[in-house]
Amino acid sequence: MNAIIFYLLSAAAVFSTLMAISRRELIHAVVYLVLSFFSLGLIFFMMGAPLIAALEVLIYAGAIMVLFLFIVMMLEMGAAKIPLTPFWKVWGPAVVIAAVILFSMSLLFLGTPQTPLSPMTAFISPRQFGQALYTKYYLAVEAASLLLLFALVGALYLGKRDNP
Amino acid sequence: MNSYIPWLIIIIKAFLILFVTLTLAAYMVLAERKLLARMQDRYGPNRVGPFGLLQPLADVIKLITKEDILPAQADRFIYLIAPGVVAGTVLLTFAVVPFGAPVKIGGVTVQMPVIDLNVGALYFLAMSSLGVYGVALAGWSSGSKYSLFGGIRGSAQMISYELSMGLALVPVVMLTGSFSLNDIVAAQSNVPFVVYSPLAFVIFLVSVAAESRRIPFDLAEAENELVAGYHTEYSGMRFGLFYIGEYVNIIVLSALAVTFYLGGWHGPGPSWLSLFWFFLKAAAIAFFFIWMRATLPRLRYDQLMHLGWKFLVPLSLANVLLTGFLALIFHWRNV
Repeated sequence: MNAIIFYLLSAAAVFSTLMAISRRELIHAVVYLVLSFFSLGLIFFMMGAPLIAALEVLIYAGAIMVLFLFIVMMLEMGAAKIPLTPFWKVWGPAVVIAAVILFSMSLLFLGTPQTPLSPMTAFISPRQFGQALYTKYYLAVEAASLLLLFALVGALYLGKRDNP
Repeated sequence: MNSYIPWLIIIIKAFLILFVTLTLAAYMVLAERKLLARMQDRYGPNRVGPFGLLQPLADVIKLITKEDILPAQADRFIYLIAPGVVAGTVLLTFAVVPFGAPVKIGGVTVQMPVIDLNVGALYFLAMSSLGVYGVALAGWSSGSKYSLFGGIRGSAQMISYELSMGLALVPVVMLTGSFSLNDIVAAQSNVPFVVYSPLAFVIFLVSVAAESRRIPFDLAEAENELVAGYHTEYSGMRFGLFYIGEYVNIIVLSALAVTFYLGGWHGPGPSWLSLFWFFLKAAAIAFFFIWMRATLPRLRYDQLMHLGWKFLVPLSLANVLLTGFLALIFHWRNV
């Protein structure tokens, strides 16, 4: 059961990512990428890491992709578009992926950790995750935060108006 | 056979919540129209049934029987599912709201939320940030200038305000030591968190008002600039979904404000009164939202951005530090 759901979700993630990088319409690419993050989040949930699953949806699907959408919408202003291909050809794949995700989600969420129907393999609480992150892997966290700080300073520098 | 009972309970709870919420949302519309009318010195709807009580029914019939128009320039699939995204994410948020004390039915203790996720608070934030896809995609897929502007404004507003909303929840999670909404309510059995961190409550209310996209934060709709913003092109029940989504959103956000800061279902009296206390508190917050709509003018786009990034975010960061400092000194943790 577990393996089937895992492979279904992995296939959905790989396929939607492929669709995302091959779409001409940028908004469609963004939607496919969101679907991909959803399936990744569900894989994390299935692996017993609900915190990472929530963060995957919250940060990647919820914040970063909204930012992408915002920018793409700003860039595409005024471009008229007429759908030439049939409806199912454009959106058939999205419907299939969404169906897979919904099916797995209902299986995963409807069984609580106490019931035998839950296919969750292990379980790591948010507290354990945080402790591991900030004690065992603190160096990686610090390195990543420094990297982000550099990127932030760089963006500030590039964005300065009176830049020579 | 026994293993199916938890499933059955979950499904029954989900159906009950769906039914009650949608009914409440319909009457929320009526309550808002009545209250707004009173605040503006009018009567409001009073023709359908006694005191206009059947008005929501008439509204629903009208919405269902109207034609569902698909604009020629629209991106069909996205256009058709966008209203569902708005209403769906809002309704899904209800899955984690503990709106009453646990009850014992035939030896089985039934928790009130449909599912007690140990990342419940994050689940709420994730759902609220997904809701904006409905707005942004509806605006984009309509193929109309006004809708596109509405969608862009909606997404910009959301990125600005979900940050301060998340940061306003940090003190709550710090004081509880858990993301689970059940634990958060249990930690407030003596003193609600609004006493410990009043600033967080205020920031949360402002961010939540911005998230519900209503006056004074209704830039995504802005009737006098953008016709109706992101749902300009929608008609019939698809427009109805946006409409219902807005009111369910008010209900769920009021319920969550109560859960996070006002002690949830705790109140004096026996435990079966808990539903009543929860409803009373949530209704008070919902009334506050309506009152705000009747009182305040709409913010300008740049004012909205200033308020979000330059005021609320730094303030909520400072509040996290302050609450942490005070909690450390006075040993507030797990009160």
